[in-house]
Amino acid sequence: MTVIGLRIARPGAIASRRSLRVLEHDLLVFRRGWFSYLLSGLSQPFLYLVAMGIGLGLYVNRNGSLPGGVPYLDYIAPALLVTQAMMAGAFEAAWPIMGKITWDGTYEAALNTPLSACDLLLGDLMWIGFRATLLSVLFLLVIAVLGAAASPLVVLAVPVAVLTALAFAAPIMAFTATQSRDSGFNALFRFGITPLFLFSGTFFPIEKLPLFLQPLAWITPLYHGVAAARSLSLGQVEPVGLTVHISALAVVVVAGVAAGRITFRRRLVV
Amino acid sequence: MPETAPATAPLIHARGLRKCFGAFTAVDGVDFDVAPGEAFGFLGPNGAGKTSTMRMIGTVSPVTSGTLTVFGLDPARHGAKIRTRLGVVPQADTLDNELSVLENLLIYGRYFDLSWAESRRRAIELLEFVQLTDRANDKVEPLSGGMKRRLVIARSLINEPSLLLLDEPTTGLDPQARHLLWDRLYRLKQRGVTLCLTTHYMDEAEQLCDRLVVMDRAKIVAEGSPRQLIEKYVTKEVLELRFPRAEGEADDSAHLDGQLDGLAERIEQLPDRVLVYTADGEAAVATAFERGLRPASVLVRRSTLEDVFLRLTGRSLIE
Repeated sequence: MTVIGLRIARPGAIASRRSLRVLEHDLLVFRRGWFSYLLSGLSQPFLYLVAMGIGLGLYVNRNGSLPGGVPYLDYIAPALLVTQAMMAGAFEAAWPIMGKITWDGTYEAALNTPLSACDLLLGDLMWIGFRATLLSVLFLLVIAVLGAAASPLVVLAVPVAVLTALAFAAPIMAFTATQSRDSGFNALFRFGITPLFLFSGTFFPIEKLPLFLQPLAWITPLYHGVAAARSLSLGQVEPVGLTVHISALAVVVVAGVAAGRITFRRRLVV
Repeated sequence: MPETAPATAPLIHARGLRKCFGAFTAVDGVDFDVAPGEAFGFLGPNGAGKTSTMRMIGTVSPVTSGTLTVFGLDPARHGAKIRTRLGVVPQADTLDNELSVLENLLIYGRYFDLSWAESRRRAIELLEFVQLTDRANDKVEPLSGGMKRRLVIARSLINEPSLLLLDEPTTGLDPQARHLLWDRLYRLKQRGVTLCLTTHYMDEAEQLCDRLVVMDRAKIVAEGSPRQLIEKYVTKEVLELRFPRAEGEADDSAHLDGQLDGLAERIEQLPDRVLVYTADGEAAVATAFERGLRPASVLVRRSTLEDVFLRLTGRSLIE
């Protein structure tokens, strides 16, 4: 499907004016709930970092078991920042998109205007990117307040987190468009997202995993997001490694969008 | 005057139009044209293929085979361009429950690339038109069915379309709400908006449509104005007779075998009543009583599109 590949490669297709209208719709809805959203966006990272980073960290640091004697708070802070973005990306691509396709008729209404199925896909993907950006900036604020980063490069962990969120959102949106009910999502989160959260190097280095599981961690987007954000936050950047991590995430986003273009059209244009 | 040709060219033109979903044929080779300024209807029971036809016209459903042009354009190639000039009132309301009444119109205007200011100007005007001005800042959810329908109509007009597609616009509404809606649609027609609608209510078709096609089982079975169809397929009047049910009989009129013969040119025996199609209803009543028939109730009425449908398909519109 070279045609599809070419269209995605053209920047105009990504920043289509019409898909921006879909983003406007989502922002209009967001105007009503932004305050409580921001509030929970601040309190969640604070609670997590205090409980895990400082609380649990007391014991971890005492054993000096992390490579290079990195404080546990500094170790998990960038990882949790990325993980939170992933969770938001995955969730927003599942139930809310299903609602727009089926229950709410949002997409049906929009398709009666000049908007296309692809505009809906890209517009809502941008929206998920926007939400992930908000959450990640708030998380960054909490990291700054707690002094949980060794390097000012931690600022760049925000775009990494957003890219990770999109790497989950794009393929899951493509998947959502193939589902007629939401029962598939429970399996997706139980056997996909939650294990990733636990075993992608978030709380402990993947080198501690059994050998046969390590390659599995390598192919998950979350591992790359966490590794990239952590290297930035700790100020231990390896240019080659970072490039590999970012490229891996970008490839998943592009593949997800390509799949979504097909599944959205198949589902919505019948 | 050769330049009159484009002016009279049909807004919608369909020949041998088909729509299949796998092995199922929803629309089976239909031909029709809709002229500018006309109110055109698809009348038929549920499942006749009306909605599938409308979705193809709305360019949201690809044509399986045959010819279809809308504004002279091919939906497969110029979908977005066609939709720019089209207003669509879908069967389900598809309103955004997370937005206010006004916001529902505003964002829809944005979908058509209107500026926020222009979208707001039109939205306020349209809320006036559908009599929802005082609900502008309310949520959509608590609105009544009729109000929601009116809001959807306002929404469909935000791009000032020259062609309005309405899929069962008054299904599920109470009589008062229906009349209010018909009144608004009639005003749109007077402004020169072309209406294309589906319905399974024959009174709606008679109220709104200049011309209609009767659809049944994916095909068009008749075409004409409501008056023409009635003249062509049924008599001017109908005599409805109801008989008390005889012992052990499934149908009320089953025991009448033969007694009605020759009473009129056509007689339809339904489970609950007998329809006698005749030019003169009163005369038929007199004849029936002369023959010694004693119906429990007698009603003489004008023929309707319901009778046309019964004649054409042997079934009622709403079953």
